[in-house]
Amino acid sequence: MIATIIQRAVMQGTPLLFGSTGEILTEKSGHLNLGIPGIMYVGAISGVAGSFIYEQSVASPDMMNPFLSILIPLICCLLGSALMGLIYCFLTVTLRANQNVTGLALTTFGIGIGNFFGGSLIKLVNSDVPSISLSSTSMIFKTQLPFADKLGWFGEIFLSYGFLVYVAIIVALVSSHILGKTRIGLHLRAVGESPETADAAGINVTGYKYIATCIGSAIAGLGGLYYVMDYANGVWSNNGFGDRGWLSIALVIFSVWRPSISILGSILFGFLYVIPTYIPDITVSTKKLFEMLPYVVTILVLVITSIRDRKENQPPASLGLAYFREER
Amino acid sequence: MNNLLTMLSPSALHIAKRDDIVWWKAWIIRIVSVVFALIVCGVITIALTKLNPVKMYMTMIEGAVGTPRLVWNLLQNTAILLCISLAVTPAFKMRFWNIGAEGQVLVGGLATATCMIFLGESLPTPLLILVMAITSIAAGALWGLVPAYFKTRFNSNETLFTLMMNYIAIQIVAYFTLEWSVHKGSGTPRTLEFGQLPMLFGQKYLINILIVIVLTVIMYIYLKYSKQGYEISVVGESENTAKYIGINVKKVVLRTMAISGAICGIAGFLLVAGTDHSLKSETAGGRGFTAIMVSWLAKFNPVFMIVTSLLIVFLEKGASKISEVYRLNPSFSDIITGIIIFFIIGSEFFINYTVKINKTSKEGSK
Repeated sequence: MIATIIQRAVMQGTPLLFGSTGEILTEKSGHLNLGIPGIMYVGAISGVAGSFIYEQSVASPDMMNPFLSILIPLICCLLGSALMGLIYCFLTVTLRANQNVTGLALTTFGIGIGNFFGGSLIKLVNSDVPSISLSSTSMIFKTQLPFADKLGWFGEIFLSYGFLVYVAIIVALVSSHILGKTRIGLHLRAVGESPETADAAGINVTGYKYIATCIGSAIAGLGGLYYVMDYANGVWSNNGFGDRGWLSIALVIFSVWRPSISILGSILFGFLYVIPTYIPDITVSTKKLFEMLPYVVTILVLVITSIRDRKENQPPASLGLAYFREER
Repeated sequence: MNNLLTMLSPSALHIAKRDDIVWWKAWIIRIVSVVFALIVCGVITIALTKLNPVKMYMTMIEGAVGTPRLVWNLLQNTAILLCISLAVTPAFKMRFWNIGAEGQVLVGGLATATCMIFLGESLPTPLLILVMAITSIAAGALWGLVPAYFKTRFNSNETLFTLMMNYIAIQIVAYFTLEWSVHKGSGTPRTLEFGQLPMLFGQKYLINILIVIVLTVIMYIYLKYSKQGYEISVVGESENTAKYIGINVKKVVLRTMAISGAICGIAGFLLVAGTDHSLKSETAGGRGFTAIMVSWLAKFNPVFMIVTSLLIVFLEKGASKISEVYRLNPSFSDIITGIIIFFIIGSEFFINYTVKINKTSKEGSK
């Protein structure tokens, strides 16, 4: 049973891990992207739309090319969410708009896009299916590693997931390495800490901001894709993704801007999410109080890090501020 | 990678900050941007519904102000959104990013509902309403003071702190909604009988609208003419300047956040006692976030906020009518709102900056 709990915690945590890794990259460039929840919806619906059109175009599910049925939603998802990142960047970097306002507008817009197309896609492509259910694509996304069900608890905890779970962990580790150990990472952090200094040192501030935000958005979008294709078995339901986008932003704070800590943090958040199911005789209302826990824990971390006031655990110094070279 | 980076930096254009723009020029830019936004929205709507654009905007107007009931609905929604926008404004003017309005509204609503349930039978209505108002104001102020305290004491990031406080409030309210629902745990919220705000001249929402109008005037005077309002703008412009001229920055931050939370509490009170007569975790309905955009789009001016909040609510109502008539998903209105806000946000750039074309850049880039 412990193995099952861990397995479910990892599955709950994966969308949050994608979201927080993306948001960390963005925040390291000095941009607080509150559009992440919307971006994750767009990532999910772009993948769903791509895959839906592909599934409709082949005669029967057996004729689907497994390679294409992963590649099409994946590319649609990355493009859709990167495009959202580009809108955000254009407004906040090039036009120097307020980041909080832009981000919140992006979230309204993105959730709107997700729910709108989720609800109207069938009508728009004149299909006759009753609801969007991409079970055959989902089966391919959920393919487990070999031996997963033969190795007992070990297989269940480590091998039983669809490939996107491993992608999430690898992306987090790679981001962590790039941020901490490479020159690109050093430049990116410099841009987020003090764009004036970075600019004076010859670093292309605008370029770094654009690239970090768009890549970050694309990664976050994968979280949405994982949720629909793997966790929700390819069934789109409006608002089904819930507040996971905001939880991802909470996870960024919880993991003090380090993707490697996010991996463990996401499993902990996932654990807090699934644990009420395993408490006997719990009422529906008490469950709601449990759902509050990740946010409480995040606030505690925020307070503790600000009390300890150690430089390496703080948000990037110029987080949320627009940079204009001629205004110093 | 390096090639890509050089491509992204626009060297052919030179951007300079404008000193001061004549007010009518600024408004022309804003109006032009809204017109552009409406064109883009029109194109999208036509692509999805194959409808002629004039008919589309007629449907929108009809959906927003077609009948007297719809007009009252529009005014009521505008009033609530305006109230929350007024609440966040003093904090924003101080550069304190209070994005926790959603939660502050909800705890205000929760306080009101608690009074209506537990004191409803024992207190006479006028006294009950007074107690409800006071507790909701106190609850909102308290919810706003928590992040402000940690900001002043330990310099915790207020944007992230207030954001997290929203979800704590949402879950607490969700808990009590289930506990108090018609059949415990069913989720259907109970109608709260006692302490509903009275109807004026047979209009259910008139009292809400009047309260918000009074608040707007008070907030305008407070920000523009009072000493505290002046202190808020000094702290917002530069904390160091504020310190040099002897303003107690911590005190101003705490006081302003208490005011901000308190007005959110009033909005929660109006929503529960004057509008819904029930409490749900969706009572605030994302208005706490929309209000941030409303306040910012109006340049933190309470009078302009009447216009911006009316615009947003009008669009929401109109777009949801379109989606209803053409059987599209109701989220259509969020897309429209999003696009229009993007355009207005973008237009601010052309108000604050001028773009000049660099003549030398052609030779420079060779």
